[in-house]
Amino acid sequence: MFQVRIHGRGGQGVVTGAEMLSVAAFLEGKHAQAFPSFGSERMGAPVVSYCRIDDREIRLREPILVPDALIIQDPTLLNSVDVFQGLPDSGYILINSARGFAELGLGEYITRFQASRVCCIGATDMALRHVGRPVPNAALLGGFAAITGLIKLESVNEAILETFPGKVGAGNVAAAAAAFDAVKAH
Amino acid sequence: MLKQIEGSQAMAEAIGLCRPEVICAYPITPQTHIVEGLGAMVKDGRLKGCEYLNVESEFAALSVAIGSSAAGARTYTATASQGLLFMLEAVYNASGLGLPIVMTLGNRAIGAPINIWNDHSDAMAARDAGWIMLFAESNQEAVDLHIQAFRLAEELSVPVMVCVDGFILTHAVERLDIPSQEQVDAFLPPFEPVQVLDPADPISIGAMVGPEAFTEVRYLAHHKQMTALDRIPELAADFAAAFGREAGGLLKSYRLDDAETVVLAMGSVMGTIKDVIDDMRADGARIGGVSLCSFRPFPIGPVREALQNAKRVVVVEKDLAVGLGGVVAANVRMAMRVFDVPVCTVIAGLGGRSIPKTSLRRTFEAAARNELEGLHFLDLNWDVVNRELERAGEKRRSGPVAENILKDLGLIMHKVM
Amino acid sequence: MPNETVQPIKFYQTGTLTVGNRLLDPEKRTVQASGERTNAITSGHRACQGCGEALGARYALDAAMRATGNRVVAVNATGCLEVFTTPYPETAWQLPWLHSLFGNAAAVASGVAAAMRAKGRPEVRVIAQGGDGGTTDIGFGCLSGMFERNDDVLYICYDNEAYMNTGVQRSSATPPAARTATTPAVGDKPGNVFGTGKNLPLIAMAHGIPYVATASVADLRDLEAKVQKAMTIRGARYIHVFVPCPLGWGSASQDTIKLARLAIESGLFPVFEAEYGEVVRSRAIRRKVPVEDYLKPQRRFAHLFKAGKPDVDRIARLQAVADANIKRFNLLRPDGDA
Repeated sequence: MFQVRIHGRGGQGVVTGAEMLSVAAFLEGKHAQAFPSFGSERMGAPVVSYCRIDDREIRLREPILVPDALIIQDPTLLNSVDVFQGLPDSGYILINSARGFAELGLGEYITRFQASRVCCIGATDMALRHVGRPVPNAALLGGFAAITGLIKLESVNEAILETFPGKVGAGNVAAAAAAFDAVKAH
Repeated sequence: MLKQIEGSQAMAEAIGLCRPEVICAYPITPQTHIVEGLGAMVKDGRLKGCEYLNVESEFAALSVAIGSSAAGARTYTATASQGLLFMLEAVYNASGLGLPIVMTLGNRAIGAPINIWNDHSDAMAARDAGWIMLFAESNQEAVDLHIQAFRLAEELSVPVMVCVDGFILTHAVERLDIPSQEQVDAFLPPFEPVQVLDPADPISIGAMVGPEAFTEVRYLAHHKQMTALDRIPELAADFAAAFGREAGGLLKSYRLDDAETVVLAMGSVMGTIKDVIDDMRADGARIGGVSLCSFRPFPIGPVREALQNAKRVVVVEKDLAVGLGGVVAANVRMAMRVFDVPVCTVIAGLGGRSIPKTSLRRTFEAAARNELEGLHFLDLNWDVVNRELERAGEKRRSGPVAENILKDLGLIMHKVM
Repeated sequence: MPNETVQPIKFYQTGTLTVGNRLLDPEKRTVQASGERTNAITSGHRACQGCGEALGARYALDAAMRATGNRVVAVNATGCLEVFTTPYPETAWQLPWLHSLFGNAAAVASGVAAAMRAKGRPEVRVIAQGGDGGTTDIGFGCLSGMFERNDDVLYICYDNEAYMNTGVQRSSATPPAARTATTPAVGDKPGNVFGTGKNLPLIAMAHGIPYVATASVADLRDLEAKVQKAMTIRGARYIHVFVPCPLGWGSASQDTIKLARLAIESGLFPVFEAEYGEVVRSRAIRRKVPVEDYLKPQRRFAHLFKAGKPDVDRIARLQAVADANIKRFNLLRPDGDA
């Protein structure tokens, strides 16, 4: 089982991000379980969502305490939420930031992880460029596909288009592709 | 058809396939997505011949359902938590009148303190109201139980409550098999009421009944539920034959062979418990589980049979009878009264408290060593409890408990859990 | 409604100006004059002697049955009407009838109407009925919801101004100064307090529903006509019927109709019709009487008329209530009905 935890703020599509990831996994014939951190949070409040991916039925209903991968949609959370809680050294970290780990004050912290498993990408800029709205969730899924290799970019694209038909979907697919390329270039 | 879909939306699709004729909706978290999904289906014409009423309260929602069911329409509504309490008078009334309404309960805690998260306190508040109460272990079972519920309700002319864990199931997006209209039509015949308001054959429903007949009326309601003890497994078997998968029934056993410690629970926590059982079995522990689907009627015989070889029973339940302990455990003890076997209660998951595998395992291992107390509160923060007890002991005006505790917890809120 | 160009004379069912049905055209005769009447509530029920509610309900439902060709379902709130008509295992109801709870008759009726639509039987009409407690108090939420959704239900409130079924306790329809079990006639402010209560017909009108009317057992032909009219309209409708209660009011059984008429003639109970929130017709007072004439025969107001020491102040305040009604609904006018 592969477990992903997504941190962000209300309004950034944190829940939808986990759901799209689960759809992408489903499209590849896997079992996936996406669920939110069940809050009554309004816009701007810290939000967590989860996605489990496995080859067999997922029965587990606890929140993801030991994630295999973290997607951090909003780097301002680093100062207020223990986003790295439970992440083993073998984990993946994808942070939505045009700045690097050093600038985020994480230069030393990330040295314990494999370099190929940690990455910062400016997903909000990509979303603004391709979608016209600062919602980085779809772009980050493109980045997630690139950094983990767990799912194909095509599956991510299909999941995005299932969630957002039409122009918005196409824009998000373009943002995901840009993020995928940015991670690969990294 | 397999879909990656939110539990609530999947339930809405399943309910739609049952061709309800009247749906009453009143918003309360976490059941709201179900009635929203159904509302969209009525509005865009996917669900034809269905009246969808936006009412002003849960009390009205079930009251409208009572009227429409008595007039012969297949009727559905959903609620949760405070909503169930607000309609409780009508809950008793619907079963007293023998109206086969199907209602989803998106299980949620009851305040004060107000809390929107999952536990089973709401269901327990209605446990003796005369409804059949079925608990779904997974979203697939939630889908399947609704289809069975309409048939069960209408065959016996009794209302059925399908209990699904709020958020944990209602808001989880998972791979689910949504049956076809043809499959559901073949399984669920049109509603033939046993009593109906019809000007062609006028009858009075809801007369006053005095002491001379009230006991008999009540006994017959009990008899109906005892009949359901036979019908629920039969319907589950029919369902399995028609749909090719197991769902419902009175209870389901998990790895009971040679199990000395048996864990019994209702709802989605059973999934986590099964994983814990697998882990412990892998390490040589003799442990198994029982997932109770039918809480009302309570299957005393089948529970006794499932637990007869256990050396100890642990009931994990998401409710608390304040001043007593566990509600489900009290029922299980009734089934176990012929055996000299300890039945421990583990109160877990109140108000959405996470139920982690590690905590469950620790508790089950303590049980296996016969070190688990009769009533155990999973992951209770004794520091917080003791500080508040101390505070209350110090002065009369110690303030509101919930607010005091939150102040103590402070930044812990910012942790993931 | 009377044709004003040819109908200057008023006929009244009872009292000093009573005329028999024989003087009316056959189609205008009361349904009660026919041996083949529908008889919604058959004899043998257990209402008290002189019960205004039993009378009002029978006339209203018989009229509804005639208007719909007997295609009508009645939903009943808990209360006297429910209890005295259905002592298990008997029932006085000759139409399909459902009792659920005290506070949900309007919602249950909405459900019946929804089921009839879903079942493709929109010709079957639905009446919900309750007393003033079940309507103005505990059932008010469901009633307002039914109004607001404009559900196809006629709700009839039989107003006897207190909770009679439970032993005469105050409701929000209890008039000021009236003695009830929870507003006893003791102390320096005996009876129900002034400045409280709610006017449900006006609240119903505020929902903008197609039809609101008040009626009284003092004018049963008018009640029948209003029910018949209501059954020609689709959507939410409300009729508020004034029904004296000899037991609760401490009045003589034979005075039910007389008291109902005095309530109208004093101005304390205005009789009117409203469509879509606007008053369209009211029944003029024929011969105005002072409120004392209405109050005196009722023991619930006896404390206002102590020997040698009438409560002039409170009687004047009740007269002011009547006068305000007269002004508001223009009840004193030379042209009679308008």
